[in-house]
Amino acid sequence: MTSIAATTAPPRARKVAGRRQWIGLLYVAPAVALVVVFFLIPLGMTAWMSLHNWPLMGEHFYIGLGNYVAILRDTRFWNALRFTAYYTVIVTIAIFVVAFPLALFVERPRPLTNLYRTMFFMPAVVGFASASLLWSWLLNVDSGLFSPAAYDLGLIDRKFNLLATFQPAFWSIIAMVVWKVAGFTMIILMAGLQSIPQDLQEAAVIDGAGPFARFRAITLPLMRRTLALALILSVAGSILAFDQFYIILRGGPRNQTLTAVYWIFNQSFVSFKLGYGAALSMVLLVVLVALSLVQLWLLRKPEGLD
Amino acid sequence: MAQAASRNRRLLARIGEHSTGVIASVLFAAPIVWAVLSAFKPAQEARQPPLPPWPTSGFSLENYATLNSFGDGLWVSAQNSIYVSVMTVVLSVAVSVLAGYGFSRFRFPFKDLFFILILSTIMIPFQSILTPIFLVLTKLGLHNTLTGLVGVYVTLQLPFSIFMMRNAFDAVPREIEEAARMDGASNLTMLLKVMLPLVWPGVVTIALFAFLGAWNEFLAALVLMTDQSKFTLPVMMTALQSGRFGAIDWGAVQAGVTVMMVPCLILFLALQRFYIRGLMAGAVK
Repeated sequence: MTSIAATTAPPRARKVAGRRQWIGLLYVAPAVALVVVFFLIPLGMTAWMSLHNWPLMGEHFYIGLGNYVAILRDTRFWNALRFTAYYTVIVTIAIFVVAFPLALFVERPRPLTNLYRTMFFMPAVVGFASASLLWSWLLNVDSGLFSPAAYDLGLIDRKFNLLATFQPAFWSIIAMVVWKVAGFTMIILMAGLQSIPQDLQEAAVIDGAGPFARFRAITLPLMRRTLALALILSVAGSILAFDQFYIILRGGPRNQTLTAVYWIFNQSFVSFKLGYGAALSMVLLVVLVALSLVQLWLLRKPEGLD
Repeated sequence: MAQAASRNRRLLARIGEHSTGVIASVLFAAPIVWAVLSAFKPAQEARQPPLPPWPTSGFSLENYATLNSFGDGLWVSAQNSIYVSVMTVVLSVAVSVLAGYGFSRFRFPFKDLFFILILSTIMIPFQSILTPIFLVLTKLGLHNTLTGLVGVYVTLQLPFSIFMMRNAFDAVPREIEEAARMDGASNLTMLLKVMLPLVWPGVVTIALFAFLGAWNEFLAALVLMTDQSKFTLPVMMTALQSGRFGAIDWGAVQAGVTVMMVPCLILFLALQRFYIRGLMAGAVK
C-alpha cells in the first residue's frame, strides 16, 4: 500500500514534474542547434553536393555519380590516399616506439618524475601549425639548425637541404610529429600501466617470472583497451594530417607528400571544384567511419569484466 | 662488502635513470627553447644559423617589430586569435554547462537521440565537411567573419565538453538539489548558484581544451578567413613563412612562433592538473 502511494504522485504534482522534465529540452537546445547548423546540415550538403558539378561562381547542375566515376580515374587522389596510409603506418609505429619506453620510464614514482612528465608533454600543447612553422625554420638549409650544425661539426662537407628530396623530407616530418605527439601518447599509456594492480606483478615476481615474461603475460593483455585507444587516436589524427605537410613541404617535393585532406583542400579551395571536393570527402568519410567501427570493436569491454 | 656493492649498483642505476630523464627532457624542450631564445636576436643575426641559440650581439626586440610590419601586422592577428579563442571558451562553456545539466538531470523526448547525435560528431572529422560549412556561413552572412569561425570551433568542442559536463553533473548527489529546491530555488538559479561551484573543475578543464583548440586550429581558419585583416596567428604566420610578403624573414618566424607557443605553455603549466584530468576522462570512458 505505502509503496503504491509513494510511486503514484497526485495528478497535479505529476503534471508539474512532467513540465519540469520538458525544460531539459531548453537546456540542450543551443547545443543541438549548433550541431544541426555546423554539422548535420553540412554533412547532408556534402552528400548532395557530391552529385553535382558545383563551381564556386555560377550555376551548379546535377551530374549523378559523375564525380565518383571521375574519382576512380583520379590517380593523384589514389596516390594521396596511398601516401596517407603509408605515413599513418610509419608515424604510428614511430610514436609508439618512443612513447612506450617513455611511459614505462615515467610510470614509477621517483624523485623528479613529475618534472620529466611535464617536459616530455610540453610539445603536445603546442599547436601543429606552430610546431610546423618552428620546424620549417629548424629544417631550413641556410638559416636553420640541423644542416648548418651538421656542417659545422664536420659531419657533412656541403650543406644538405633536408626538404629537397622525398626520403629526408618525409623522415623530417616523422621526427617533428614524434617530437610533438609522443608525450601525449605517453600519458595515455601511462594511465593504462598505472591501472594494472601492483599485487598481480608482485605475485608474478614470486612465481619467478622475469621482466619480459611479466610484460607479455600481464602488462600487454591488461593494457589492451589503452593500447587500442592510443592506437586509434594516432591513426585517426594521422589520416587527417594536413598542417605539417602544407606548412613545411607544400605537398612537395614534386607533390609526393600530398595527403588525402590536402588533395581535397586543393580541389575544393584552390581549383574551386566544390562538387568534386565533396565527392572526395565522402570517400574519406566512408574510410573513417569504417575505422570508427573497428575502433568500437577494439575498445569493447573485456568479457566478464566491467 | 656485499651490502656496499649493492648500494653502489643502486646508485649507478639511479644515475643512469636520471641521465636518461635529463637527456630526453632536453631533447623535448630544445626546439621550443631554441625558438624563444633566437627570437631575441637582432634581425641581422637571426638570419644566420642559430648556433648558439641565444643572442650573441645583444638582446633585441627587432624581430617582433618586423613581424608587426608585415601585412596587417602581428597585433591584428594576435587580437583576432585572442578574440576567437576567448569567445570559443565562453560560448562552449556556456553551451556545454547547460547541455550537460540538461542531459544529466531531465527526462525529455529524444534525449538519447540528441546525446548520441552530439557524441557521434566526433566520428566524422570536420575536415570532410568544410566546403558546405563555408557555404552555410555565406548563407548566414557570416562568411569571412571571426564570429562564424567561433561557431565552427564551439561545435568542434561540443562532443568532448558535453560528455565531460554530463559526467560532472552526474557525480553531484541529487540530495543537494532537492534541498535547494525546498528553499524555493528555480532551475536556473540552482544551476548557477548551487551546481556550478560543484562542477567547477570540469568547467576549467573544458575551458582549457576549448582555448587550446581554438588558438591552435589552422585548416578551418585558412579556408574560412579570406581577408588578411581576419587572419588568426597560424594563418598569418603561414602566409609570412610562404614568402607572401617578400623574402622570408626567419627572425620574424621565430618571433611569431614564440607568440603562438607561449600562451599554450603558460596555460598548460598553470593548469596541468585539469589538462591531465580531461585527458584521462577521455581515455577512461
